[in-house]
Amino acid sequence: MSRLTAAGIGVTYDGVPVVVGVDLVVGPGEWVAIIGPNGAGKTSLLRALAGTIAHGGVVAVDGVEVSALPRRAVARRIALVAQRPVLPDGMVVSDYVLLGRTPHLGYLAVESDRDVEIALGALDRLAAGGLASRRLGSLSGGERQRVVLARALAQQADILLLDEPTTSLDVGHAQQVLELVDELRLERRMAVVAAIHDLTLAAQYADRLMLLAGGRVVAEGTPEQVLTEEEVAGFSGAHVSIVRGPGGEVVVVPRRR
Amino acid sequence: MAVSGAVLLAAAAAAILIGPAALSPGAVFKEVLSHVPFVHIDSGLDPRQSAIVWELRVPRMVLAALVGATLSLAGGAYQGVFRNPLADPYLLGVAAGAGLGATVAIVSVGSGSALVPVAAFVGAIGAVAAAYSLGSAAGGQRSGATLILAGVAVAAFLTAAQTFVQQQNADSIREVYSWILGRLGTAGWSEVALMTPYAVVSVTVIMVHRRLLDVLSVGEEEARALGVRPERVRAAVVVAATVGTAGAVAVSGLIGFVGIVVPHVVRLMVGASYRAILPLSIVCGSAFLVIADLIARSALGPAEIPIGVITAFVGGPFFLVVLRTSRRGVM
Repeated sequence: MSRLTAAGIGVTYDGVPVVVGVDLVVGPGEWVAIIGPNGAGKTSLLRALAGTIAHGGVVAVDGVEVSALPRRAVARRIALVAQRPVLPDGMVVSDYVLLGRTPHLGYLAVESDRDVEIALGALDRLAAGGLASRRLGSLSGGERQRVVLARALAQQADILLLDEPTTSLDVGHAQQVLELVDELRLERRMAVVAAIHDLTLAAQYADRLMLLAGGRVVAEGTPEQVLTEEEVAGFSGAHVSIVRGPGGEVVVVPRRR
Repeated sequence: MAVSGAVLLAAAAAAILIGPAALSPGAVFKEVLSHVPFVHIDSGLDPRQSAIVWELRVPRMVLAALVGATLSLAGGAYQGVFRNPLADPYLLGVAAGAGLGATVAIVSVGSGSALVPVAAFVGAIGAVAAAYSLGSAAGGQRSGATLILAGVAVAAFLTAAQTFVQQQNADSIREVYSWILGRLGTAGWSEVALMTPYAVVSVTVIMVHRRLLDVLSVGEEEARALGVRPERVRAAVVVAATVGTAGAVAVSGLIGFVGIVVPHVVRLMVGASYRAILPLSIVCGSAFLVIADLIARSALGPAEIPIGVITAFVGGPFFLVVLRTSRRGVM
């Protein structure tokens, strides 16, 4: 169980700032969704949190600065699921999930039986055990996403960063994936930070929303606080109605002008 | 693995048994056995015949196996670190550097000189070192693509230099050309001794990195998120592959096609994991080159066809057949 703290995160590409001064605290078992229009800096922020790109500011896990730790130690604490993960067509699913054990292995070590067990366990946990011997190229969109999640799960990190985990999935499969993430976070008290495009889904699953625009945080709080018609129109130029669902949840409905 | 091992053994046996001098198989095997330590056996061959077996056929077969294994493994490793199906061991300028080194040596001291392999080796290592430092200076530490482009630039430059030297010394063009096409005809135990350390180092280093090559196959960003430094793995593998390739080039010239096609054929058979591809590439690469050399020296015997011609001539169609019958993607 870990707490992720980020202070003053800044990312610059070729002199152009894309993330500016973002502060974020996510506790164990907490889910924060990052929302915002395309190009708002969501992906760059997640990459900075995972330490895969150069960035300014400080990222810390349980008070320990990540930049002071070896890369492998960081990867044991923080798992990143990329927006478009690379899945080599010919690779077998179980081999792919086994890659999640990388941070737990020495530079030249070979996986032990226990690593294999953990990898297969992760697949089973995501109801994807039957895919173990399939090739990645033969999987459907929903299956791919579950396999990618299984790799992150095999990593046994307690901070999970997800970059648009539901893009390219239909509503049913998107819900399935988010439900699985939700179960895992409750079961293992994982801290979850997810960039999510669909505002209604973001509101339903996350404890808190963070609205990014132009690389800066423009609103932060519960879904009710952040998702107002003015706020959404202000950041994305979209025309929406915010209504309440049968359970009182926030629903964002696009409206024609 | 068992099948390819058996093919390698059969190829090795054929390479020792077949040659212009007709020798009985039994005697040949006894002759080989007689060189195993603590085995005392008389093959019944006269000294000239026994020299044909032990000083000509056996070292040539061993060298073909070593070179084939090293080039295939280096090619597979390059395809892994650069995630590029077109990568071969000569990608970063090894061939051009070795070509220039050998050409300079041939025109200045003659093709028979012991300096030719040394010059080829130095040229090969120098070319890759130049490509690597140029690529890194241009930001190649973060991406393999810059490194490949630097390799292309270095190769073009060195090839131009080599062509110029060759033009200025047109009388030795034949020798340079025969070197460039690759040959095992002069192979003896001294070449085997020269090649072995490079092959051992190269194979060992690449083989211990095979799991990390699988990690790199999901891309640099994700590899980094898994705690791996892609640039470090790439540097280790490139250095190892370069040393092995430079050794191979020094003793046998530029034998093309092996390094690109063997790993692909293996990949089509066993899937995309480098943990399976690399060990099998060693075995299949050895077998392929032993067979190619056997054809090169017996097809038009006693004349020899350059082995580079055979590897492409036989390997090309073979690769197309495998590609066609396989339902899986190449990468």
